[in-house]
Amino acid sequence: MRSSSSPFFLSFNSGPGMVLKAFFPTCCASADSGLLVGRWVPEQSSAVVLAVVHFPFIPVQVKELLAQVQQASQVGVAVLGTWCHRRQEPEESLGHFLEGLGTLFSHEPWLQLCRERGSKSWNCKATRRQGPTPLAPACEDQVMLIFYDQRKVLLSRLHPPAALPERQAGDATASAGGLAAVFDTVARSEVLFQSDRFDEGPVRLTHWQSEGVEASILVELAKRAAGPVCLLLACLLSLVSAASACRVFRPWPLSFIWSKLSTCEQLRHRLDQLTLVVSAHRAEGPAQLMRKANTLVSVLLDMALGLLLLSWLHRKDRFAHLAEALVPVADRVAEELQHLLQWLMGAPAGLKMNRALDQVLGRFFLYHIHLWISYIHLMSPFIEHILWHLGLSACLGLTVALSILSDIISLLTFHIYCFYVYGARLYSLKIHGLSSLWRLFRGKKWNVLRQRVDSCSYDLDQLFIGTLLFTILIFLLPTTALYYLVFTLLRLLVVTVQGLVHLLVDLINSLPLYSLGLRLCRPYRLAAGVKFRVLEHEAGRPLRLLMQINPLPFSHVVRTYRLPSCGCHPKHSWGSLCRKLFFGELIYPWRQRGDKQD
Amino acid sequence: MEDERSLSDICGGRLALHRRYYSPSCLEFCLSCPRISLRSITAVTCTVWLAAYGLFTLCENSMILSAAIFITLLGLLGYLHFVKIDHETLLIIDSLGIQMTSSYASGKESTTFIEMGKVKDVIINEAIYMQKVIYYLCILLKDPVEPHGISQVVPIFQSAKPRLDCLIEVYRSCQEILAHQKAASTSP
Repeated sequence: MRSSSSPFFLSFNSGPGMVLKAFFPTCCASADSGLLVGRWVPEQSSAVVLAVVHFPFIPVQVKELLAQVQQASQVGVAVLGTWCHRRQEPEESLGHFLEGLGTLFSHEPWLQLCRERGSKSWNCKATRRQGPTPLAPACEDQVMLIFYDQRKVLLSRLHPPAALPERQAGDATASAGGLAAVFDTVARSEVLFQSDRFDEGPVRLTHWQSEGVEASILVELAKRAAGPVCLLLACLLSLVSAASACRVFRPWPLSFIWSKLSTCEQLRHRLDQLTLVVSAHRAEGPAQLMRKANTLVSVLLDMALGLLLLSWLHRKDRFAHLAEALVPVADRVAEELQHLLQWLMGAPAGLKMNRALDQVLGRFFLYHIHLWISYIHLMSPFIEHILWHLGLSACLGLTVALSILSDIISLLTFHIYCFYVYGARLYSLKIHGLSSLWRLFRGKKWNVLRQRVDSCSYDLDQLFIGTLLFTILIFLLPTTALYYLVFTLLRLLVVTVQGLVHLLVDLINSLPLYSLGLRLCRPYRLAAGVKFRVLEHEAGRPLRLLMQINPLPFSHVVRTYRLPSCGCHPKHSWGSLCRKLFFGELIYPWRQRGDKQD
Repeated sequence: MEDERSLSDICGGRLALHRRYYSPSCLEFCLSCPRISLRSITAVTCTVWLAAYGLFTLCENSMILSAAIFITLLGLLGYLHFVKIDHETLLIIDSLGIQMTSSYASGKESTTFIEMGKVKDVIINEAIYMQKVIYYLCILLKDPVEPHGISQVVPIFQSAKPRLDCLIEVYRSCQEILAHQKAASTSP
């Protein structure tokens, strides 16, 4: 229906006023005379030239080739006009011959490009018949020449990707906006570029690959080897995931521990990613391919960094030093905590505490620390072996090593976490009690049914006991609040350190290194758009422009191709965090995805 | 054919408007901003180094001086590459689109191209900027969903900030080409 070879078809948008744009590949600018082959886009009044067919040719064979290409690529390839690259003296016979071709391959409008050899002056003419009969007078359109680098346009990908139409029979609807249609045409016509000048085909073409099809031995070998390697890796990974899902790890204490450790989370994430990469399905589209490549490069870099870390640790027997330093450090931390508690039990910062409560709380926490120190001393002979075995896991990747570090920090500061929970629970109990008794003091009550504060008439003895309790609680508030404040600050410190480690792990997990490398080395592959440059212009000659690819900025590359990660983001805003701190609710600022609310 | 005029921007600095007419359907306007002056570079460098020397006499640490030199160099390079715009160009090609290029002092160029199918109109708009009312030229983009709506307003010559006389000239030329484009696109 939209076949461009019908002489009765007139484009509705391109009247005589609209300038005709001819997209011409730079590789064909020095080719010999011949026919122009490409696609005509009537909505934008543009002709995308894909190749030049040289003399001598047999018209029937040219038509056959074009039909084959049209079948294979779903692009409406047709003969658009003639190309003449001649010497200084115009050859009259050639001129008539070229015009005669117009009747053979009828196309509206018929393009005639002409260039003098060795000079930069071009001549363009586009003729269009104004009636159904061949004898009707022809009218000429203004032509604008736009040069484009065929190889770069073929390989590049526009962002944001225009909604590419599905492959339909016949000419694809150019619902893609103006320039996206050009990119789309060149990308789909790859089958036209398969033959080079060393082939013995019936038709001689010039296009970007006509000097010889490019290929790399390494890439071809890698492609051949990739199949069996992927199969082997996929089997191994399925074995590992089956082993991890087996019954041994199901019972409750173990599954609870696995869910809390960030190392397991990271290992699971890596396993998922690797399974995706080595799966046997082909990537559906360019986005999937980029994601696979990014994942692979990220995993390889991770392992390389991990091995580097391992070799550095082994070099000067650093494991032994670390193990030796670990127990004194834990001891030191416990000692500092004891000093802190002694300070709180006295008169901290000149404040006067309630002596009895102070002593109770202080002794309680001191006993905990005593237990903790004994536990650490119990473990100290085994520390070096444990550390050595954990260090081996660094060969699985730097992210795993960092996750193990974060887990070790959690385990070593477990007593701070316990103290924080005790302090917070005590404080929140006190605050709730205080608020309820304060309402009683004013003669009001919380209505659970209506979720609001209502007035209530209390008995005298209720009021008496309530006021007494209120007074007791309010006088004990500073002591509890101080303990709560101190332990919350310690807990926040530990959480900040862990958060930084997790941030680093997240960064390594989600950075799209392959895309960034591509943007650095082959910027034309990721295109944000195009840019034009006006070439030397002489009066009376057609306007010549050079179309270049405008590469995507680095920030957009990261944003578009960012890999999905474990999602370690702070779940609360600052306002809700402050509110929770004030009321003594427990906070878990860094939540992994899939954690249940406590 | 080419045309060059000397104008001023909203703060009184000198601008040069360079107009190139390639063909009835292709026009280019180039606005050159005032160059970076040696006086301001010298003033900033002297201030930073004096402050560093003052710190050095307090702390007796020679790292401060090397750090000051490093910071000055990096700051200058960063300023030339990311902040200081040398000239801004507007290229209008009938039936193709509008292209805006900013060239930085270090030679970096950042280009944006808007296809003609997305351009609704080019207008001069007023804005209140601190205590002044300024005029700026902007491109209105069509909304793909609503035929009479505007999806985005793209200002042109944002760092050169020329005055109304320059804007009127650019506006007239743009409107000529856009009118031609509209006539061509609506004719049967």
